[in-house]
Amino acid sequence: MADRPQGTAKAGDNRPKLSLHVPEPKFRPGDAVDFSHIEVPEAGQQPRPDETTDPKDMLDFAHGLIRVLGEDNKAHGPWDPKLDPETLRTMLGHMAMTRAFDERMFRGQRQGKTSFYMKCTGEEATSVSASMALAADDMVFPSYRQQGILIQRGYPMIEMINQIYSNKGDKLKGRQLPIMYSSKEHSFFTISGNLATQTPQAVGWAMASAIKGDSRIAATWVGEGSTAEGDFHSACLFATVYNAPVILNVVNNQWAISSFSGFAGAERATFAARGLGYGIASLRVDGNDPLACYAAEQWAANRARANAGPTLIEFFSYRAEGHSTSDDPSGYRSAQERDEWPLGDPVMRLKNHLIEIGEWDEERQQKMDLEAAEFVKKTTKEAEENGILGHGLHHPFRTMFEDVFEELPWHLREQSEQAIRERETKFPEGLPNGGKGA
Amino acid sequence: MSDTATKTAPQGEAPAERRLNMIEAINEALDVTMSRDDNIVVMGEDVGYFGGVFRCTAGLQEKYGKSRVFDTPISECGIIAAAVGMGAYGLRPVPEIQFADYIYPGLDQLISEAARLRYRSAGEYTSPMTVRSPFGGGIFGGQTHSQSPEAIFAHVSGLKTVIPATPYDAKGLLISCIEDNDPVIFFEPKRIYNGPFSGYYDKPVQPWKKFDASIVPEGHYTIPLGKARHATEGEELTILAYGTMVHVVEAVCAEKGIEADILDLRTIVPLDIEAIEESVKKTGRCLIVHEATRTAGFGAELSALVTERCFYHLEAPVERVTGFDTPYPHSLEWAYFPGPIRIGEALDKILAE
Repeated sequence: MADRPQGTAKAGDNRPKLSLHVPEPKFRPGDAVDFSHIEVPEAGQQPRPDETTDPKDMLDFAHGLIRVLGEDNKAHGPWDPKLDPETLRTMLGHMAMTRAFDERMFRGQRQGKTSFYMKCTGEEATSVSASMALAADDMVFPSYRQQGILIQRGYPMIEMINQIYSNKGDKLKGRQLPIMYSSKEHSFFTISGNLATQTPQAVGWAMASAIKGDSRIAATWVGEGSTAEGDFHSACLFATVYNAPVILNVVNNQWAISSFSGFAGAERATFAARGLGYGIASLRVDGNDPLACYAAEQWAANRARANAGPTLIEFFSYRAEGHSTSDDPSGYRSAQERDEWPLGDPVMRLKNHLIEIGEWDEERQQKMDLEAAEFVKKTTKEAEENGILGHGLHHPFRTMFEDVFEELPWHLREQSEQAIRERETKFPEGLPNGGKGA
Repeated sequence: MSDTATKTAPQGEAPAERRLNMIEAINEALDVTMSRDDNIVVMGEDVGYFGGVFRCTAGLQEKYGKSRVFDTPISECGIIAAAVGMGAYGLRPVPEIQFADYIYPGLDQLISEAARLRYRSAGEYTSPMTVRSPFGGGIFGGQTHSQSPEAIFAHVSGLKTVIPATPYDAKGLLISCIEDNDPVIFFEPKRIYNGPFSGYYDKPVQPWKKFDASIVPEGHYTIPLGKARHATEGEELTILAYGTMVHVVEAVCAEKGIEADILDLRTIVPLDIEAIEESVKKTGRCLIVHEATRTAGFGAELSALVTERCFYHLEAPVERVTGFDTPYPHSLEWAYFPGPIRIGEALDKILAE
């Protein structure tokens, strides 16, 4: 082989060395937290564009932050949805109930009543308030952190707990990991453990609604970390190609387990800005401002219903607790972050707003919180009568083989018979709880 | 007794004798089902205006409109995912994946979602989709236009996998798949779209019109899933095959004068275990043939089942003739393809025992 032009020197010796950029969060455990780099515009400053606005004209909405509730606890500007006090109190009640539910279920996991739980603390507005802006029969495709939607839609709490306990009352027959709810009656799609798969499915549902000339729309929720999945790209692409009546809600809570949002690309672009690249209307919203969350979802729903196309909403928020009961955030982030978070707490902000407008007071808040905790406690006790995980009050063995297909094929029938035989070998005198089980 | 169909065209009220190739039969299955059920939609890359790269969807968009037959972005993940969402809504989507070799970007949606929707939601949501995809080799398709990935799908609980070997079956089976409420993978052996392939690649290929299996009734008829078909009946040995290989083993047996009980499985999940057991217990010998690679291929499952269930009837070890454990080569296609020589050797061996 001939010598290189530089003789014996290796190619590129005179060029600067390249280096790999690996994102690093600003604060690690023990660090003092300063969030002053986060730009928080005054509430009410953002104009409210027409719902049929061309995505090309939405640059500011994808990079700014839509806010309604100000430091003065008053509602400001054109995004104020002007909800009546009763609706605001209902919203506050659902958010408080969601928080009380999370507290109790988290404790239930620690007490060994179930294997697993995930809280949504600090993100209640992104599910409860957003969901309130949809019609009850609009189809939602949630991730695992939108339990607030079920509470808002009136799904019986005992069903949620039965599912978490995988007991004999569990509508999903103990097949699913806790919190992977499903309720067709409440237009709540079955939750999958595989991240972001629900986003293009929501688009498909919306396409179906359009194909049939229906008036229902679809909305999906996904965490900012999961937007890195290829499915999210497919969702955005199909949504824009077919002008699907769908809302793509991205809950940017800054953290994907231990990875900060930089690993999903947040260092260089907002998540809302991604929508513009597809030609999707995009809004970036204060996710801890319940009124802004409601208003943005309502805007997107109106747009979808008018056949004006999909919307991507980034709810800018903060995951106040650990990722799950299996996670300890003190291992990767500063404990101060939660207190320093510049957008505050959604429940507190709505409460303070209601007090500010003279429609609420601390006494009623305390009473409501107490009642929520009592309700969750009472419902938990009722659910425990159906059993807790591992205490035998589960669905019969044969149900493990059902619903794989519509009908039981021969190989599953044989395996079902085997499982029942094994159970009889283990419990020749019958099941410990006296149940038949088969 | 197994409810196996006979090898020739159906009897009874088939009106005029019409002969179709497999492409025309598939096209007609789509047309017939779409005309009966408004919820059926056809989608995929190039399936709309153009009518599909293999012409299987020709004319459908013109007839049913763009909201029922439409082109998609080049995104197998998006195609399958959208079909899952449409199924959840209540439609009956029939997505096409242009080549089975390109189904992998859609695998998470198929395996984690479509296959498990009914189970994980305890029947609240279902995925009544039929994924059509041309598959198999023998066409100089090289590594990415020749694969036979059926074993991947057979391994997934909740998916059905169907592979026709004749135009008559292609139409009847596809109609059954589309009307089935479970997600089905419908693999179309593209080598036999236009005519059956004997495996003697140096001999001229005959068009379907010369074979009775191309007599396809007009209108609606179904072939039950999970039921095998006797391609030939014989006493010397049982051969389990599907797709293109049914015709190859038929030709090799004819050439060698072997009277084999050839079962065209048609559906590999759920399998017609009764027909298999009945045949192997009759013949005492079993040869399994597929194009797909050998290790952990579907033949391994068939071999295990036959051994477990027919052990005391077996007079010789169960043999497998398959593709080699390599990616599908281009220039050495006929050295790779499980053709007459490899099948012939296996037949000699199994019949010598």
